[in-house]
Amino acid sequence: MIQQYLQFPFVRYALVVGTLIALCSSLLGVTLVLKRFSFIGDGLSHVAFGAMAVAGVLHITNDMLFVMPVTVLCAILLLRTGRNTRIKGDAAIAMISVGALAIGYLLLNLFSTSTNLSGDVCSTLFGSTSILTLTKAEVWLCAALSVIVVVLFILFYNKIFAVTFDEEFSHAIGTQVEAYNLLIAVVIAVIIVLAMNLVGSLLISALIIFPALSAMRVFKSFRSVTVCSAALSVVCALTGMLVSIVGGTPVGSTIVAVDIVMFIAFTCIERFR
Amino acid sequence: MALITCRDLALGYESHVILEHLSFSVNAGNYLCIVGENGSGKTTLMRTMLGLQKPLDGAIAFGDGMRPNEVGYLPQQTAIQKDFPATVREIVLSGCQAHVGMRPFYNRAEKALAEENLARMGMGDYRRRCYRELSGGQQQRVLLARALCATRKLLLLDEPVSGLDPKVTAEMYALIERLNGEGVTIIMISHDIAAAVRYATHILHVGSGQTFFGTVDDYRASALGNRFIAMDGGEGA
Repeated sequence: MIQQYLQFPFVRYALVVGTLIALCSSLLGVTLVLKRFSFIGDGLSHVAFGAMAVAGVLHITNDMLFVMPVTVLCAILLLRTGRNTRIKGDAAIAMISVGALAIGYLLLNLFSTSTNLSGDVCSTLFGSTSILTLTKAEVWLCAALSVIVVVLFILFYNKIFAVTFDEEFSHAIGTQVEAYNLLIAVVIAVIIVLAMNLVGSLLISALIIFPALSAMRVFKSFRSVTVCSAALSVVCALTGMLVSIVGGTPVGSTIVAVDIVMFIAFTCIERFR
Repeated sequence: MALITCRDLALGYESHVILEHLSFSVNAGNYLCIVGENGSGKTTLMRTMLGLQKPLDGAIAFGDGMRPNEVGYLPQQTAIQKDFPATVREIVLSGCQAHVGMRPFYNRAEKALAEENLARMGMGDYRRRCYRELSGGQQQRVLLARALCATRKLLLLDEPVSGLDPKVTAEMYALIERLNGEGVTIIMISHDIAAAVRYATHILHVGSGQTFFGTVDDYRASALGNRFIAMDGGEGA
């Protein structure tokens, strides 16, 4: 039955892109969870929603070219304010994220020419069908960005570990901590914009943090946690996509549901070991 | 020539001055304890020496072939580290980041250095263990080994025994004393004045308006030192 579906190119595209996005998003998930940055992902995804709305209003044809820079810029801004004092950072994230969501929805309501407004909003938030409507160009863009993210992660793996474990120490021994934090923020922004196609902007955080949290339950070294989280994320995304194609369920929420099931399974493994 | 010379330092945040007119120097092989009440600026001073924040005024000069980043640092543990999924070896290796520059991976010499320092701290058998499953004293040893991967010359320790029980505390002091004997210069923030005057060669006492810098013997003889030592003895008894 699945083979039947695989004959359609849009299904193959969706599977390829979904796998790549899941892989990328899980890699930095470990760092984000450990640095207590989980919320930044959430905030940025709302920013991406707002930017998407603006792009729609301005009739920008390839909205990724607009959404990407805006989200990256916000990631940098959030990191800058977050560094000085903790509370201010939290408030800044909440402010930007809710603000972007509200303005985005407002703009869509005021200027949208679409007849099915709530359907559009819903698909942007939950990514219902966009993964199945990807063009070949978007698949290539996605693939290229994913490869860049993976290569960057491997090259900077040791540095990301050092900075995640102990920022103060790394700074003291001369590591460019701020540069790496910036790199992490930019990569996260890129991943979020990519992942919007797959799961929609409300569910992106789940894609980033669930595999990392599951892996951290069971594994004890940073490397094994990272590898497990990447593998888990890919398996969950593939399972979720196949289930949703066969069962006709929304892609994003199905993937997240699989992630949740795996998290519960890993928690049980930890308990009963 | 001194390893570190601080001249007329003023420390603090923005316009709020915590410490000023602070001058002292640390020579190779010294064991300096920084003592003083809570909030007197001990940690701020250490962060400034590490280059984590800028002094409001004055200067810190490194000499004797020391470069500013050639220090090992044992910070106070953060909440993040307590449940961090990493092996002992991964953490100790990260101390070698001081030498790798832009190179993405560790080379053989750096891996050997990490093993050597693990063994030096008596943690060789724990290299594959998970950091969060170790006891407080073992975690401190791991972080010390990491600091030793970053430097052979100078260690800055921020209250290395806080939260440790008396037996482990004594072991920790013995370990630090041994490192000092092997030629590592020690600068340590301490709340434990009794241990400070017992192990250190020099004392820097910082506090509201009164600072003292000198050898332990001079400190014992000074009015400030006398009062502080007696006060701590009274509390401890």
